[in-house]
Amino acid sequence: MESVTSPAITELRKTPLNALHRRLGAKMVNFGGWDMPVEYPSSGGLIAEHKAVRGTVGLFDVSHMGDIRIHSRKVPGLPAQAGGPLAAVQHISMNDASLLALGQAHYSAMLDPEGTFVDDVIVHRLGPDDYLLVINAGTREKDISWVRQNTREFDCMVEDLSDANTQLAIQGPRAVDVVQKLTDANLAGIKNYWFTHGTVCGLKNTLIARTGYTGEDGFEIYVPSDRETSEAVWAKVIEAGREFGIVPCGLGARNTLRLEAKMALYGHEISDKINVWEAGLDRYCKMEKGDFIGRAALQRAKAADLTRTLVGLEMIDRGIARDEYRVCNEAGEPVGVVTSGSPSPTLCKNIALAYVPPALSAIGTSLFVEIRAQKCKAQVVPTPFYKRAKKAAAPQGTKPV
Amino acid sequence: MAYPPQYRYTKEHEWIDVKGDVATIGITDYAQHELGDVVFVELPKVGAKTATGKSFGTVESVKAVSEIYAPAAGEVLEANSVLQNKPETINTDPHGAAWLIKIKLANPAEISGLMNAAAYEAFIADKAKETSA
Repeated sequence: MESVTSPAITELRKTPLNALHRRLGAKMVNFGGWDMPVEYPSSGGLIAEHKAVRGTVGLFDVSHMGDIRIHSRKVPGLPAQAGGPLAAVQHISMNDASLLALGQAHYSAMLDPEGTFVDDVIVHRLGPDDYLLVINAGTREKDISWVRQNTREFDCMVEDLSDANTQLAIQGPRAVDVVQKLTDANLAGIKNYWFTHGTVCGLKNTLIARTGYTGEDGFEIYVPSDRETSEAVWAKVIEAGREFGIVPCGLGARNTLRLEAKMALYGHEISDKINVWEAGLDRYCKMEKGDFIGRAALQRAKAADLTRTLVGLEMIDRGIARDEYRVCNEAGEPVGVVTSGSPSPTLCKNIALAYVPPALSAIGTSLFVEIRAQKCKAQVVPTPFYKRAKKAAAPQGTKPV
Repeated sequence: MAYPPQYRYTKEHEWIDVKGDVATIGITDYAQHELGDVVFVELPKVGAKTATGKSFGTVESVKAVSEIYAPAAGEVLEANSVLQNKPETINTDPHGAAWLIKIKLANPAEISGLMNAAAYEAFIADKAKETSA
């Protein structure tokens, strides 16, 4: 037996909770240069963690994510007409940040001039001229220098807060009950993709966002990154969640949860080789908002025909489609590639996301995934594979802006 | 979980139990623990040949595919059909009910080159030290 996951090595970067994960007996892997827990045998393993998030609640350390704050300053010498933080955010991201109210966040992406992805990002509007961009771990350094480079002409300050925050994700239908026990903020008033500041575990002015990467209701909180505070908050969340059966969850469950919800993963569904239209992220790309990096190329790409599009596949034959496996048509010719594939613990089926030609993207189309030289039958299915049930009068489920 | 003293073990975490010229092959408790929840097993057909150190099948967990290497050369007499519908048996009983294949050994003498239980336990204890460093 030989495992494909890389063993943890000492040069990897560590979150402030690394020692705690090891004390819990987590299996650690190299994720984008970070030594991260992939699953916790003490939680019952990946499938148990996944089901905890769908059924009740789970806790993730996502401190490897990066945070960039773009806020105002008055730069002497810049022309008076130079735009401020909003103009800078508008220039470097594809969604329309001018639509964000104070306390609101949205999904967006930073693009290359070719209309392909530098990274995807959650943009939070902290203040009138104050934005927080949450970016991916594996692309942190690249993103930060890219943002600095591309906001030079603007009257704004770019601050890398990545190492200042420990980011915890509390996810699942009971996440609201758990976090509410720890804060004075009224969480019922926070809609999906909105946030507030409140006292959490005695820490004043903590950012509490109703965001996540699981397709479930949940919160992400940002607390100071010293080890003592980070471990204390973790312990308090676990304690508060005990009555709901909370378990620590690793990146393994995070991946299967986001895949079921068809949320993109950088380096898989999106990359510097894939454009916005191919990835099907049109609704987060606001062409009418004015110019932004990548817009011209996207305009040209829209006029041309797409050569590939992202679809959901469900395996019909036995076999698990995995990342980078080839997709073939009925004649057996290679036509596409799997970007993410896994068993789905919720659906008990083997599912995948794949790029295929638009002509083969209709629901019900038969395709074949090449698994160790065998062509296994699959079918194009509607996505997301999983969508949480909407509760009556629940605040979530509002349209993304 | 105890490592049966009558078995022999490979560095790739397979075990082999030899009775005369017939051997039963599986993966170790250490291996199933490293893999996590097993969800899929692919095994050779009866009559297929195994070659020492070469892959004869795969075991998949939710997150990874692992090749299984033959501890010895031989011909497949039986593949464990229980694993098709209950692959998770590998997590619960890796040294027993979740055996993978039985083979007729081509050269029973080659088994003597494999580790005994004590040597294998020392080998995985060393590995555990490496990863917690």
